[in-house]
Amino acid sequence: MADQVYYEDVEVGDSLPTLIKHPTPRQLVMWAGASGDFYEIHYDKDFALSQGLPGIIVHGMLTASFLAQLITDWMGGRGTLKRFRTTNRGMLLPNQDAICKGTVAKKYIEGGEHYVECEIWAENEKREKAVLSSALVTLPIRTATAA
Amino acid sequence: MAEESAITEELRSLLGVEAEPEVFEVEKGHIMKFAEAVGDPNPLWNDMEYARGARYGSIIAPPIFLIDEGLTKFADKLMNIKCPLPRTLNGGTEIEYYQPMKPGDSITTVAKLVDIQEKAGGSGKLLFLIVEVNYQNQKGELVAKCRNTFIRR
Repeated sequence: MADQVYYEDVEVGDSLPTLIKHPTPRQLVMWAGASGDFYEIHYDKDFALSQGLPGIIVHGMLTASFLAQLITDWMGGRGTLKRFRTTNRGMLLPNQDAICKGTVAKKYIEGGEHYVECEIWAENEKREKAVLSSALVTLPIRTATAA
Repeated sequence: MAEESAITEELRSLLGVEAEPEVFEVEKGHIMKFAEAVGDPNPLWNDMEYARGARYGSIIAPPIFLIDEGLTKFADKLMNIKCPLPRTLNGGTEIEYYQPMKPGDSITTVAKLVDIQEKAGGSGKLLFLIVEVNYQNQKGELVAKCRNTFIRR
């Protein structure tokens, strides 16, 4: 894991490290089992086609989990995830890259906690933002470690 | 005559009513399988030895763990309700976190339809169904709260 990030090190507009995932149909089946989401559009091609889809599609919450991975990797062991929002805007297809990116949108101190809000999203191979998310985290501060 | 509302009696009868609670035992193996399905190698989810020496003294569940489990049954129920708008889309999810989930925890989820809004969309009527799910551990602590928007069209 990367070194711990501190509140002081973060500036609005900073980019978070990009995470590239490549979900396969096999991974969608693993996710269905692990998450309890057995909606057939994610593993049954005939059913997906009958729903007007181009084929099976990646679960929105699996993509959200990729984005959560990006955030928890970035915030490190001493960061705390407080809130996570996610909205599906388009589709991600299996066997294609899911390109997960983020930027720092806001930072503020409230009730003695050091908050950073990040906008994060997943792009499909056409570079369309298929899933839009945001994460609110608290980070440790450097001055506290010196005390 | 006014156009018929897509908000059927059956939908309206669910509004504000808590669903039967569901209980999930948080198992180490399930957390690890979940992290494996995401392809997330963070040792906080899967390395007992590392996690023992880290902040929570144990592995914890990744952020999206159990969120679907708490939602699925209620979402299925909503999707199966007959209404003039047959298709359901997931319009978005918001999760607030209060406590980590750890192996051995017993999580009780309670889902509730908290709001129904009918809106005119570009290609016809849309129905927004807002569902809230509370996740509580065996100590009675609120672990997470999830607010999910389902769209029927």
